[in-house]
Order: sequence, then structure tokens, then C-alpha cells
Amino acid sequence: MERIPILRMGDSLLVTIQVDMHDRLAMTLQDDLTTAISRNRSKGVLIDISALEIVDSFIGRVLANIAAMSRVLDAETVVVGMQPAVAITLVELGLSLPGVRTALNVERGIAMLSALSTPVMPENLLDDE
Amino acid sequence: MTNETLPIRSDNDVVMVRQRVRARTVELGFSLVDQTKMVTAASELARNTLRYGGGGDLRVELVDSGIRRGLRLSFIDQGPGIADIDLALTDGFTSGNGLGLGLSGARRLVNEFELESKPGAGTRVTITRWK
Amino acid sequence: MATAETLITILQKQQREMLEEWFEELSNMGGRRDDLVSADEIKQHMQDFMGRLSAALSGGALDPNSNAWEPVRDQLAAMSRTRARQGFSPRETALIVFSLKRTVFNRLRTAVGKDPAELADAIWETSVLFDSLGLFTVEATLRSREEIIARQQQELLELSTPVVELWDGILALPMIGTLDSARTQIVMESLLQRIVETGSTIAILDITGVPTVDTLVAQHLLKTVAAARLMGAECIISGIRPQIAQTIVHLGVDLSDVITKGTLADAFRVALSKTRTQIGERR
Repeated sequence: MERIPILRMGDSLLVTIQVDMHDRLAMTLQDDLTTAISRNRSKGVLIDISALEIVDSFIGRVLANIAAMSRVLDAETVVVGMQPAVAITLVELGLSLPGVRTALNVERGIAMLSALSTPVMPENLLDDE
Repeated sequence: MTNETLPIRSDNDVVMVRQRVRARTVELGFSLVDQTKMVTAASELARNTLRYGGGGDLRVELVDSGIRRGLRLSFIDQGPGIADIDLALTDGFTSGNGLGLGLSGARRLVNEFELESKPGAGTRVTITRWK
Repeated sequence: MATAETLITILQKQQREMLEEWFEELSNMGGRRDDLVSADEIKQHMQDFMGRLSAALSGGALDPNSNAWEPVRDQLAAMSRTRARQGFSPRETALIVFSLKRTVFNRLRTAVGKDPAELADAIWETSVLFDSLGLFTVEATLRSREEIIARQQQELLELSTPVVELWDGILALPMIGTLDSARTQIVMESLLQRIVETGSTIAILDITGVPTVDTLVAQHLLKTVAAARLMGAECIISGIRPQIAQTIVHLGVDLSDVITKGTLADAFRVALSKTRTQIGERR
């Protein structure tokens, strides 16, 4: 059974969707990703949809689910590369994917993930004494 | 360019539907955004036919009103039918609940939308997009 | 049908004379427009038409909507479209068809005159045929005009919705005029295209020039904001006048996810500080 490959990049996972997914494949991706996040203790998930010419309500909700499930597992998700025609159509459909972070391309997406995962060290003002 | 009928009996058929509808919209010279809207609407309705209608067919027709040309898609199933059409056409997504039938969304993506359905008598959804 | 055969015979035997009479009748009826098209061109169309007419009639049916008549309809449609663009009125284009009637009727009288009943039938059927074709050209002309106007409207819309790059990564859209769904489509397409081209992460939608904001306009704005967000860009709405602020609250429009500012300048300041933060994050 075909699966969409998931690559590991440091403490992030990278998924590039390049095929027109049928529903079963999308569900499998959802399962595989949550398993992978858990297994790798990943902090970030980057989903590259720049090759997708269609994102309908099902795929849209799978993306939203992945973002929500990742968050529960303490990881952030960024969806990158949505094509303009796809964005316009999704919005017309009534799906604006509010819980999903987005970026223009992979480079920006990676920058966003590393910014999100950089811990802010609390300054201990008493340290200098 | 001829009319055709595509079966909708499996997940893969839904993907086929997307590809065939994309090809037809390209043939007709639709803009990229209009192509995407039509294919997305077809994907929604094909999924409905599969999930709620127990499988069915898609009839693809080229329509010509004399001056302008368009694509007409008819999704037909012999499933249980829709009991409350008004409810089915309300926005399922934005309000969070809903039967998730994708009908109201698909309707916004096309120029013409017709729905015939009766409990026990199957469902027929016809959408048209003009160039 | 006997009428179809009679017509074919007439057309084949006396084509040259009929073409001359037809052209003369067209001139008498005021359908020439020498300022727009040459006599030669009209005669060429007429010859072409006669040929297609004969071919269609040989199919036997007098129904201009049937398949056999497609070449005739195609020619009439093409001619109507061209003439609509050239500035002919629907009447002038239809006259080409109607002016052929007289010469045809004259010849029908000669061919079938001996039998009054048959002549009456032939004239009636021919009349119905030509009226139908004439009306077809009128509709085709009107439809072409509508298409021309629609295209011009589109061009106007595109011209009046420029997307300006204010700064690195910051786009501005001064929206002027009513924001209807056609306009919104153009705005969304232009904006998203520019986002891809410039890699901008902030878009300022300035609605100073939008006269009224009702529920629909608000929905259109929110759609645009949502679409930009899917492309990784955040929108700031600026130019909100006090009355508009009141309307928005009255209508219960939810703008909680969108930054709104009174002036473009304020919006720009916010945009700058945001992009600086983003650059900071990238290091």
C-alpha cells in the first residue's frame, strides 16, 4: 500500500505531498504523522503542499486535524506552498483553516518552526551576585 | 470533445473524477482559478456520492448555449436520498456541526446548481460552470 | 420536405442573380454601412451563406436548430460577433438575413405559383426559417455585446485595484469603490499573485475609498484576509472611518482575528515592526 514518505530533519518532520491523494491515503498520512511525531519526539511538522492543485474539504480537514493532533503532542505544524488558486477556492468553500500555521515556502516554514521552538531562557537577575 | 460517464465506486474513482474534470476544464479553456473551483466542487460531490449515496455515476456533458460554452456535471446515485434538503444546503463547515455534505460549499464554486433528491429515490446533483 | 427541395433547386439554379438582388435589397433596406465594411466583404459573406444554406437544406429539414444547420449558425454567430465589435447595431446585422427573403419569395412564386396552396405553405415555411435565422443573429449580437462589456468591466476592475509594494515584504491595496464579489475575485487573485512574486508577509487593505461596508462587503474583506493568510501573509485593514466602525459593530462582524487601523500610516508602522520582528526571528 502506497504511503507518503516522512523525512526527519533534526527535531522536525518534513512531508512533501506530490500526488493527488485519495481519502484513504490522506488518512494514512494523518496516522503515520502522529505516530512519527510521538516516536521521534518531534517539535515541528512541515507539510509542503506546493504540488497540490486541489485541496478539497476532506484534505483541508485532514490538514487541520494534523495541526491539532500535533499540538496535543507538543509539536507545531506549518503548511507551506499553497497555490493561489487553491487558497481562493478553499476560502470560497468556507474553509479557512484557522488553527493551521502557514508560510509561503519550505524555507520560510523551516524558519518559522525554528523560531517557534527556540526556548526563551529566563534571565536570572540574581545570577551576577 | 464528447460527453462521458464515469463510475464512482471507490476512493480511486474520486481521484479519477478530479483528473477527468480537470482535463475537460483545460480543454474548454477555463482560467486556472475556475478550473480549480470546478474540480474541487466535483471532488466534493463525488465523495458525497460515494459516502452517502452508496456509489453512483458522474455524467460529464459539454453544454453550448449558442454563444457560450460550459461544463455540466451530474452526480447520480440510487442511495437513500436526502430527507431535508434545506438543512443539507446550510453551511455545515463554518458552524462546526452539519452533515458535512459539502453541498453548500460546492454550490458556491459553480454558476448553476441543481439538487433533486427524495428519501428512497436516490440523489442527483447537477452543477454547471460557464467559460 | 418539398419546400426544402424547392429552395435547393432555386438556390442552385440562380445563385448569381439572387446574390445581386440580395445585395441590392440590403442596400435598399439600409443595411450596408460602407463606413464599417466594404461591399466586397458583404458579398463574400453572402456567397458563403448561400453555400452553407444549400448544404443545410440538403439535409431535408427546415429546423435551423438542428445539427445539419450548424455551419449556418456558426457563420452567423461569427459574423454577429465581428460586427458587434465593429459597432453594427443588432438590426443592421439581422438585415443581412431578412433582406434575402424578397428574392427567395419572388423565385418561389415562379417555381410553385401554379399551386396557391403549395405556394402559401412554401412561403410560410421559408418565412419562419428566415425569421428564426434573423433572430439568431440578433441574439448573437446582443450576447457578444454583453461579453465585450463584461471584458471591459474586468479590465477596469484590474486597473483600479493596484497592489503596491510599500516596503520589503509589505504590500498595500488601496481599494476604491464598491467591493462586490467580482471585484473581490480580482482583488484576491492580484493580491495572492503579488504575495507569491514578492514573498510579502504583510498586506495592508486600505478601505478609505470604499463608500459603504455592509455584511456582504465585510464578508468579502474577510475572505480576502483568509486567502492571504493561507499563503502565509497577514492582513491589516486600514482606513476605517468612524461610521464604518459603527456599522461593523452593529452588524456583528467578527474582526477579532484581524488588525485594524484608522490610517494607512498607522498600519504601515505596525507592518514595519512586525517584519522587523520576523527578520529578527530568522536570525
